[in-house]
Amino acid sequence: MPIEIPKDKWPGSVRAITIGATSADGGTRAKSITVGGQTALPYMHFEAPMPNKPVVAVEIKSRKPEDWSTLLMNAWGDAMTSPAAWAKKAEEVGADLIVLALTLADSPSEAVAAVKSVLAASGLPLIVWGPGQAEKDNELLVAVSEATKGERIVLGICEDKNYRTIVATAMANGHLVQARTPMDVNLSKQLNILISDMGMPKERILMDPTTGALGYGIEYGYSVMERLRLASLQGDAMTQFPMLVTPGLEAWKTKEAKVGEGVPEAWGDWNARSINWEILTAMALVESGADIVVLRHPESVKRVKDAIGELVMA
Amino acid sequence: MALSGIQIYKMLPQTNCKECGFPTCRAFAMKLAAKQVELGTCPYVSEASKKQLAESAAPPIRLVTLKAGTEVKAGNEVCLFRHEKTFYNKTGIFIRVNASDPELAKKVAAADAYKVNYVGMDFTVDGFALVGDADMAAAVKTVRGATKRPLILIGDTNALQAGLSACGGETPMLYAADASNADALADLAKGKASLAVKADSLDALADLTQKIQAKGVEDMALDLGAKNMSEWLTRSTQVRRLALKNFRALGYPVIAFPCDAKDEAVAAAQAISKYAGFIVLSEFKPELLYPLLVLRENIYTDPQKPIQVTPGIYEINQPKPESPVLVTTNFSITYFAVANEVEGSGQPAWLVVTDAEGMSVLTAWAAGKFDAERIAKAIKGFDVASKVSKKRVILPGHVAVLSGELEAELPDWEIRVGPREAVDLPAFMKQALN
Ligand code: B12
Ligand code: SF4
Repeated sequence: MPIEIPKDKWPGSVRAITIGATSADGGTRAKSITVGGQTALPYMHFEAPMPNKPVVAVEIKSRKPEDWSTLLMNAWGDAMTSPAAWAKKAEEVGADLIVLALTLADSPSEAVAAVKSVLAASGLPLIVWGPGQAEKDNELLVAVSEATKGERIVLGICEDKNYRTIVATAMANGHLVQARTPMDVNLSKQLNILISDMGMPKERILMDPTTGALGYGIEYGYSVMERLRLASLQGDAMTQFPMLVTPGLEAWKTKEAKVGEGVPEAWGDWNARSINWEILTAMALVESGADIVVLRHPESVKRVKDAIGELVMA
Repeated sequence: MALSGIQIYKMLPQTNCKECGFPTCRAFAMKLAAKQVELGTCPYVSEASKKQLAESAAPPIRLVTLKAGTEVKAGNEVCLFRHEKTFYNKTGIFIRVNASDPELAKKVAAADAYKVNYVGMDFTVDGFALVGDADMAAAVKTVRGATKRPLILIGDTNALQAGLSACGGETPMLYAADASNADALADLAKGKASLAVKADSLDALADLTQKIQAKGVEDMALDLGAKNMSEWLTRSTQVRRLALKNFRALGYPVIAFPCDAKDEAVAAAQAISKYAGFIVLSEFKPELLYPLLVLRENIYTDPQKPIQVTPGIYEINQPKPESPVLVTTNFSITYFAVANEVEGSGQPAWLVVTDAEGMSVLTAWAAGKFDAERIAKAIKGFDVASKVSKKRVILPGHVAVLSGELEAELPDWEIRVGPREAVDLPAFMKQALN
């Protein structure tokens, strides 16, 4: 008996957004990456083709981090001593994009040097995060933005209290912004409105709805992303941006990933469990509509990429 | 699909005889629609109406229960997205074991004994999927010596028959009926087991379930026969959508086999997030099982209600009057993060859990539900002062900003700021609090 499969037809779509500029577009990237553009829910190929697949970004830091799990330190090894070497290794393990996180210890000139060294070492499109303190973020990101004019990098992280300076410099220098709000559909819309009202072209905004790790709040982030994607397909213009989330950072904050000794035996092998923690967090978000997932462990990068590869097979 | 009061009224005798205790048939119909009375209260409903009403009341996805010493339920779901309502019956997690494995009893016993605690809840595996052949009956006996949990039996018709006859008094699932053996397996399963059904397309699957249902088997599970994650997700979504539109032929829980996928962890994560009623894992591996159990818990919590603990003063490791007083919020994840660390360290403490409406420390702080006033109210309300000799309270490091205000609220208390993360509490308590 042939079944009539119900198909959703949506009035809206997600904007396609391109990160990184090649020489043809006035930058130096070996290739650019386009995300978004969907006209259906994730991987519903029977309703509409998925124009761009989700991508995996790898998070590296301008200085060797002191609080990262030893498992991550071992996995990256010597590459962690310089952002250039780290970026190169990230590209080797399959990153589609690099996220370079600056630190509080960086001066503006050091931040610029770190960014430049990464741009020289790898041809991948780049996302740059400030250290997460409003004034310092502004100081570093403005310097970076000006020094990389035309590269179409993503500047993060814009939040409601701190978006003006970052948006202004991104507009002036041809970059994009990452708009982060704490797990709430309306807050996402509001921030996107504020950013667009400054005159930022809508083709240059990514939304970061914030995620929690598996076991530490992912149940909220998961549904907020589903709701945001539904809203964009229903035609709500201020939610029609690709979504970037940070499962790597969140998963590696958890005790399950960080701690190898003195934990219940029922948690199983430390290394495998930690990587599973990151992969499962990322996979749940990929299912709920993520366009960019930022990861930390090389093995997670490979496995999440393989899974996405399978999901986009029509 | 649930019927409205008016639709139900049309099926009643409409004589207003009042025997049901309601003044009119219409009033009774309204109560029925609201599920506040039983249909049986009216003695005059026709058989035809009874049948129609029972069908309309059936859930869109049949509740399928596997029973042995414990039970696993799947189905009865009502929505496509968890924010619309919630997901109810958590995906049953089964471990695959082989009848011919010389270590069968040992492997089953190890997985059966598994228990892991996540925010105060103990999680276990749900059952075992036993793959067997001519050795099935003996294997069932061996497995039964090691676990009371329900079974999925996997094999050909002879193996399933042998296995089922060894499963006295329990309700396993038989895997799987396809076009070649549907009749035989339906006869076998009828009244004794639920039946997994497998086909390469949803059309063929629906034909099979109807055929099997006509033979009197009601409890089925669907194997979607997908070749990769993309196809599985598509079919699982289509099945859920169709079922919610009351397409009965596919109104059954789905069974998935991450054990056969290229990457078991990602396939299992997808199956749990996207509607599987049962999943089968290749072996017992705590490092995968624990994160999967946590993922399942997260997906199946009601998104409207954070899991909470009762506010109050909790005693950890038999605190004495001189033991420190820690404050935190009543979000379960927060409470257990702190309580587990302190308990594990062996150091005694009083843990004051404030009513922060089930929010984490920073969320509650940002929402104004965890401020100096509320903390002071909790300290006074739970009469902490009467229990301790040293009036000293430790704040979570993330809300260090509250210490000034709290000093004003609790002038005779010493306010200390603890570490940001609970993991660092034991060291802090040892070094800074003596
Ligand atoms: C999940 C989440 C939510 C969920 C709620 C979850 C819940 N039930 O609490 C939802 C989506 C509902 C939510 C809402 C909001 N959120 Co929120 N949320 C988060 C998120 C992602 C995770 C929080 C979490 O569960 N952490 C895990 C628990 C275990 O952490 P914890 O309680 O802090 O406990 C740890 C430590 O504090 C310590 N600890 C705890 N107790 C004690 C005690 C002592 C003595 C010591 C020493 C240590 C200690 O141990 C624990 C483990 O280390 C965070 C961001 C993030 N990734 O952390 C944002 C975050 C907390 N949210 C934030 C905000 C702003 C909000 C909103 C106000 C947004 C809004 N305007 O609507 C709302 C408020 C809610 C409301 N109005 O109803 C901000 C807070 C910013 C700030 N610093 O002020 C954060 C940090 C996000 C951000 N970066 O902007 N949120
Ligand atoms: S008992 Fe039946 S027929 Fe009589 S009033 Fe009630 S519903 Fe109507």
